[in-house]
Amino acid sequence: MRGLSNFFYRHPALGVFLLLLPPLLWLGVVYLGSLFALLLQSFFRLDDFTGQVVKEFGFSTYRQLFTPANLDVIGRTVGMAGIVTLASAIIAYPIAFAMAKTANPIWRSALYLLVLMPLWSSYVVRVYAWKLILAKEGALNWVITQLQLNGLLNAFLSLPGVGGSSLSVSPIGTFLVFLYIWLPYMILPIAAAIERIPKTLLEASSDLGGKPNLTFWRVILPLTIPGIVAGSIFTFSLTLGDYIIPGVVGNSKPFIGQVVLIQQGTAGNIPLAAAFTVVPVVIMAIYLTIARRLGAFDAL
Amino acid sequence: MNTNAVTFENVSRHFGKVKAVDSVNFEVKDGEFFTFLGPSGSGKTTCLRLIAGFEQPDSGTVYIGNQAANTLPPYERDVHTVFQDYALFPHMTVLDNVAYSMMVKKIPKVERQRKAQEALELVRLSEMGNRRPSQLSGGQRQRVALARALVGRPKILLLDEPLGALDLKLREQMQVELKALQTQVGITFIYVTHDQEEALSMSDRIAVFNHGKIEQLDTPGNIYEYPKTAFVAGFVGTSNLLQGDIAKQFAKGQPLQIRPERIRILPTGATSKAGEVSVTGKVEEAVYLGMQTRYRIRLADNTLLTVSSQNQSSEAALWPVGEEVVLCWLERDMHILETGV
Repeated sequence: MRGLSNFFYRHPALGVFLLLLPPLLWLGVVYLGSLFALLLQSFFRLDDFTGQVVKEFGFSTYRQLFTPANLDVIGRTVGMAGIVTLASAIIAYPIAFAMAKTANPIWRSALYLLVLMPLWSSYVVRVYAWKLILAKEGALNWVITQLQLNGLLNAFLSLPGVGGSSLSVSPIGTFLVFLYIWLPYMILPIAAAIERIPKTLLEASSDLGGKPNLTFWRVILPLTIPGIVAGSIFTFSLTLGDYIIPGVVGNSKPFIGQVVLIQQGTAGNIPLAAAFTVVPVVIMAIYLTIARRLGAFDAL
Repeated sequence: MNTNAVTFENVSRHFGKVKAVDSVNFEVKDGEFFTFLGPSGSGKTTCLRLIAGFEQPDSGTVYIGNQAANTLPPYERDVHTVFQDYALFPHMTVLDNVAYSMMVKKIPKVERQRKAQEALELVRLSEMGNRRPSQLSGGQRQRVALARALVGRPKILLLDEPLGALDLKLREQMQVELKALQTQVGITFIYVTHDQEEALSMSDRIAVFNHGKIEQLDTPGNIYEYPKTAFVAGFVGTSNLLQGDIAKQFAKGQPLQIRPERIRILPTGATSKAGEVSVTGKVEEAVYLGMQTRYRIRLADNTLLTVSSQNQSSEAALWPVGEEVVLCWLERDMHILETGV
C-alpha cells in the first residue's frame, strides 16, 4: 500500500488522470457520443418507398423541416417556450425576491420548502392532477362558476388560436401547466442571484440618493439578469423538449417533442426525428449567443 | 464655522443584548476632519451607519445640521459614504459609477458625464472612465469610490476604513492625499479607523471609542499627550501604567501614565535634575529596532516599564540585559488616568 501511495505522490498527474477517467468516459463516450450519433443520423434520409434509412450524407431531411406542417410545429413549440419563459420570469421574480429578502430564517426555509416541495412528487402525477383541475367538471371550473365568472372564461376560451372547449384541452391549459411545472427552475436561480448581491451595493445606491424603486431598476435587476437567463435556459429548453404535457393537457396539435417521439417510434423515421431534435439545440445555441452579446453573463 | 454638521444626543443602538452604541454624545463641526477611532466592535462603524441612515437609534437623537434625522432614509440625507469594500457597481463603468448620484437627480447626461470626468481627474483617474471596477487595482477602486461620493458635493462625507484594504506604502500616500483633498473641497469628513497612526496624522479631532462609548474626544495632540483613561493611553500609542510606589508618591495611588519615549536611561549613580522623577531598575530585554531601541526595565516595586531610546549615533550606548540603570523623566510628562470608566 505504501509503495502505491508513494508512486501516486511522485506522479500526481497520473492520479488526476485516473480520477477523471470514469467521468470523462461517461461524458465523452456516452453523452457526446450519442449527441454525435444523433447529429450524424440527421444527415441521413428515409427512403419513401422502402421505408429504409439510407445512410448517405445529405440535407434532404433538414429540407423536410421547412415544410409548412413542420414549421408549424416548430413555431408552436418555440412560441410556447418563449411565452412560458416570459411568464415564469415575471411570476418568479417577486417570489424569488421575497425568498431572498426574508430575514427570518424560519420563514425563509418555509418559502424554499414551498417552492421545492412540488419537485418531490412525480412530474406525470402533477400533470394529470392539473388535467383534473382544468377539466370542465374540475375544481377550477367549479370555483369560476361559484364566482359567476363563466362568461369571462368562455370569452377567453373562444379566443381563436389559444382557446378550446375547456381549459384542459386548450393551449391556455398547456401554457398554465408548463408554467406551473417549470416555475421552481426559474425561482431558484433568481433567488440565488438576488442573494449574491452584496448588501453594501444596495446601501451605496441608497446612500447616493437612490430611492428603493430606482435601486431596484438600476442595481438589483441588472445584477440578477444572469439569474434570469439561467432560469430561462431551464424553462425555455425544458418546454422545447417536453412531449408529455402537450399530450395530456391541450389540443391535439403536436409539439417538437411529440413529433420526435412519433417519428422515431411509430413512423420509424429516425433521420427526421434526429433533425427535429437538432432544432432545440440550435435554438438554444442562438439564444445563449444573444444573451452573451447582451452582456447577460458580464456580472457573473 | 460655528454650526455643527452632526450632533449626537444620548444616542443608543442595541443589537439584541449588545449595546453597540451606548448613550453617545458628540458634535462634529462644519468642515472638520473628525475621526472615530477604536478597536473592532467598539461602536464606531455603527455610529457612522447611524449618520448615513442605514441604522436608526433605539434612543436619543441624531442631528444632521439642525435637522433631527433619526428616521430620515439614507437617500434623503445630504451625506455620502465611502464604503470599506468600496461597493462599486460591478455592472457599470467607472464613469457611470461616479455619475450615479447625478443620474439619480436626473441631471442631463452630458453635464453629469462632464462632472464625473472632473471628479475622476481630481482623484487622478481621468483615463479610467470606460473601465469596469473589476479591471482596477485596489487603490484605484478606492479612489473611484471617493470620486463617486465626492462628486455630488455632499455636506458630509463618511469614510468607513477606506484604506484598510491597501498596502502600507499606498495607505501612507492616500492618507496625505485624503487630507489634502479634504482641505481642498472643504467638506466635513467623518472617518472611521482602528489605525491610531492614521487617526493622528489626518484628523482635526478624534473620538476614541470603546465598548460603545466615547472614552475621550479631543485633538490628536491632546489625545496622545493627555490620555484620560488607561484604554486611550494604551490604544493610542504605547504607554506605561504606573500603579506602584510612584503612583502613591505622586497621585495618591491613582494610576499614572508615561510614554516610553519620555523616559531617559542613565548609568547608576547619575543624578536627576529638578522636576524629574528618578527610579532605579534592571534591564530585562533590549530590542534593537534601527531608529530606536526598545527596552523593558523592571523597577524595584516589580513594575515593568517600556522605554524607547532614540539611536542618535551609531555609538549610542546600548544597555545590556541585566544592567542596573537609573530612569529619569519629567514630572509633568506623567498624567493621572481616570479610573472606573
